[in-house]
Order: sequence, then C-alpha cells, then structure tokens
Amino acid sequence: MVFKNKKYAIIFLLPALILTGILIYYPLFATIYYSFYNWRDFSNFRSFIGLENYKRLIEDIAVHKALLNTMIMLIAVIIFQIGIALILALLVHSISKGYKFFRTVYFFPVAISGTAIGLMFYLAYGYDYGFLNSILTSLGKEKIVWITENSALIMVLIPIIWQYVGFYFVIFLSALSKIPQDFYDSALIDGASKFHRAIYISIPLIWDVISVAISLAIVGTFKVFDIVYVITGGGPMNASQVLGTYLYNVAFTGQNQGYASTIGTLIIILGVILSIFANRVLKRDRITY
Amino acid sequence: MAKGKLSVFSILSYIVLVFWAITTIFPFLWVINNSFKSTSEILLNSLSLPKEISLKNYQQLGNYGNINMFRGFINSFIISGSVVLLVLLLSSLASFVLSRFEIKTGIIKSFFTSAMLVPAFSIVIPALVLFRKIGIGGSHLSLIITQTALNLPFAILVLSSFMTTLPKELEESALIDGANLLTILFKIIFPLSIPGIITVAIFVFLWSYNDLFMSMIFIPTRDKQPICVLLSLVSSIYGTNYGAMMAALVITIIPVIIIYMLLQEFVIRGLTAGAIKG
Repeated sequence: MVFKNKKYAIIFLLPALILTGILIYYPLFATIYYSFYNWRDFSNFRSFIGLENYKRLIEDIAVHKALLNTMIMLIAVIIFQIGIALILALLVHSISKGYKFFRTVYFFPVAISGTAIGLMFYLAYGYDYGFLNSILTSLGKEKIVWITENSALIMVLIPIIWQYVGFYFVIFLSALSKIPQDFYDSALIDGASKFHRAIYISIPLIWDVISVAISLAIVGTFKVFDIVYVITGGGPMNASQVLGTYLYNVAFTGQNQGYASTIGTLIIILGVILSIFANRVLKRDRITY
Repeated sequence: MAKGKLSVFSILSYIVLVFWAITTIFPFLWVINNSFKSTSEILLNSLSLPKEISLKNYQQLGNYGNINMFRGFINSFIISGSVVLLVLLLSSLASFVLSRFEIKTGIIKSFFTSAMLVPAFSIVIPALVLFRKIGIGGSHLSLIITQTALNLPFAILVLSSFMTTLPKELEESALIDGANLLTILFKIIFPLSIPGIITVAIFVFLWSYNDLFMSMIFIPTRDKQPICVLLSLVSSIYGTNYGAMMAALVITIIPVIIIYMLLQEFVIRGLTAGAIKG
C-alpha cells in the first residue's frame, strides 16, 4: 500500500533531513572552505591564503608518513585480517561441532571500543608487567621494549587486525552456509578432498562477498583512530601516524584549524575515491542459487 | 583411509580454531585477573592468579586524580541513551515515508547514503564552531546531536529496507476499516518493525558508547565526559597504578559484555548490517 499525503511525508522526513544537512553536509563543505585560510586557536579571525595549506600538505613529512602507514595498513589488513577470517571461516564451515561457540568468541572483540582494545594492548606491551614480557620472563628470556620507532606501526597494526577478524569471519561464515550442500556432495563423489573443495567450490562461490569485505576493510582503514591514539598517539617520531591522529594533533594540540581542515579535505578526497571504488565492487550482482 | 585423513584434518582444524579463540579471550582474562591484584603483585608476575581477590582497584575508580569513572558511566548513559532515542524516533519516521509513500525517494535516499560515507574527521571543526556560536559548545547536547546525525543514515538504510519487506495486507485492511495514517504507523508498522528497531538500537548504542574521537573533541570538561574518554586518559593520569587501569578497563567494557551476551544475535546482525558504515 502506498500513501499519498505529502503533508505527512514532509513532516516525518524533515527532522532527519535538516539534522543531516546541518551536521554533515554543511560542515563537510565548511571544512573544504576553511582549508584555504590561515586560522589558529579557533579565533574569530581567518585570513585567506589560497593554496598555502595545500603546499604545506604536499611537503609535510608527517602527512607522507601517515599516507605511507595507511597504505601499509591497507595491505596488511587485506592479507591478514581478511586472510585469517577466511581461513577460520572455511575451517569452521568444515567441522561439525562448535559453530556457535567460535562465532560468539571471535566476534566478541568487535563489540568492544577501540579505546579499550588500545589500552589493553598498551598494557600488554608494558615493559615491567605486560603479558608479552611476562611470557618472555617465564621462558627465561630477557624483557623487550616493545614500542620503538621501528616497531610502533606493527604494534598498533596487531590489535587493528586482530579486533576485526571476527567481523569478516561472521560475514564469510554466513555466505558459506548459503552454498547448497549438493555442490559438496557431488564433489565428494568425484573424490575431491576438503582442501580442494574449499579452493574450487567455497572460495569461488563466495568471491563476491570476499570482494565486498575487502572494500569494507579499505574504507575502514581510513577511519582508524582510537587504537593508534591510545597506544602511541601516532608516535614515536610519527612512526605510527595515521591521518586521523595527525588531524587531531594539528587541530587540537597544535591549534591550527586552517591546516587541520586541509588534512580533513584530503581525507574527504581519499574517501570519495575509495567509495567510488567500493561502490563498483558492491554493486556487482550477487550469485544466487 | 579417507576417514583417517578426515579426522587428522579435523583435529588440525580444531587446533587452529581453538588457538584463535584463545587469542580473543586471553587478553580480556588477563585484564580481569590483574584488576583484582595490587600493582606490586602485577609487577611480580602478571600471569599468576591473584593471592586474594581484592576490590581495592575498583574502590579507587570513584576518585583518582580528577577522574571519576562512575560519573563517566552516568554521562555515557545520558549521552548514548539520548542518541538511541533520537535516532530511533527520527529514523523510523523517515523510513516509514521512504518505504510507504508515493514520492520520489531516489534523491532522498542518496542524500542519506552519501552522508554515511562522510568521516567524522571531516566535520568536527566546523561543527565545533557552530556549537560555540549557538551557545551549546562543550555540552552533552552538542555531542548527542552530532552522534545522532552521523548515525541517522545507517539507521534509515537498515529500517527502511526492513519496513519495505513488511507485508502490506494488514495496512490495507486497516485502511478499509477506516484507520488513519497515525494509527497504522503506531499500531501496525512500528510493532512489526521491532526486530529491526532493536538491531538499530543496539548498534547505535554501542557505536555511541564506544566513540572516542568526537566525545573527546566536543566535551572538554572531565565531569561531563563519557567513560570512553576517561579511559583514554587513565594511562597518563594513573601513571604506574596498573591495577587501577585494569579495573577501569573492566568496568568500561562490562556494559558491552552484558549487551553482547544477552543480545548476541541482534548484535551480530546489526554490526554486519552496519558494515557499510565501516
């Protein structure tokens, strides 16, 4: 049934439209606008400086580092997060018992905040008391300083990857459970091993879901903030800097809102490029049985 | 022969699966375990069980430095509770229109779906200026309406597709019986949408409760900050009081553990649907 009363349509839609317009679209364009200004300390005075902030952005070593780190994260997340999730899902799909248990346990970290996960790993990496060093000590080995300029990126990547494995695991598992049993039965008659069935039946049939997961992981990587902020704050020496933490540092520690807006604009541009890419993948036809 | 092979494969599978299960549970058990120990006991061996279960770490959380974790708890529930209510109200009304009215919905839908892709990083500075101008800077209200706006597109997407799948026969017969639009909305559409509404509510609650970035920026004063922000500060304020940090971590994640355990099916469904949000 379809209603035709325009009055109600407007009354019901308007609050959501206004709120989205004022708090998402207006600030989005305002950020781009501010990126052309010299503006500090949230003062009432801004001066137009054209492309100065963009010049600085292109030359900024911290931005280079943040972009490089994001690229490394993208690759690591696709290989490890998606890879581990896929292997775990294929294994759970192949066994008969424990489906619910593994799903519950694997998904659990996804519901917890990045802040809590970050603090947990920060404590785990601790020198005197962290559990990594506790394990080393109990094995009779020397303690290690875990977060250094060389290791910082890896140390923030571990929880970032670890937290969301369960998320992609659940997506893959539900895709696998939709594959009709006949496919496996006939392969079994042909003598295919479990490994072959996974490679030649399961993976190709859920390939569209895997590509959706990859594009979600890519978009998600650009939103990384909490874990990095809590464990290293982007340091030492920008070693684990990402665009979000750098924007925060510039805008609220450095009190330079003009330049921070330029970083915000860079994030918007990257987001648009990525969402076009993600949409292409997402819009592909799903396999139906 | 084939059977023997299969069981070796299964055993190996279980070993790998159990190993990953341990990695997801062990860090939490380690934190809970150490939250009952004194800092000196943690330093001695953080892997051992506590000699006696002491609640001393938890007793400090009410007042340490200028942080009151329990106050943060209350703030979190004020903020996240309001966000959930507002999002549900606005999104269910909008979803009703998008799923049931004869209007061109294409533009409106893409208005919301595009908004979903906007990262918080790109809107906070102008939003902050706006709030200062209208005199609500630093208040719970400023955070509540921003989080509401950022959650609305997702909620509308999930709820409108849920409502579209609801059967239309009930409404048609109600209409013939002379029911008006509001009666249909409150007596038929909303009750039938409850599973979708619960999913959205849990997701929005978790997302708001777990949000650090905006909470930190919008609310500068300690006594008004939600628990997540206070948790991000404990390592600098508690210094070497590791026991208290562990306890702070535990109480922050307790509500999430409870929600997750009770409503797991909805949480998994909601966060999978929320995937598009990233």
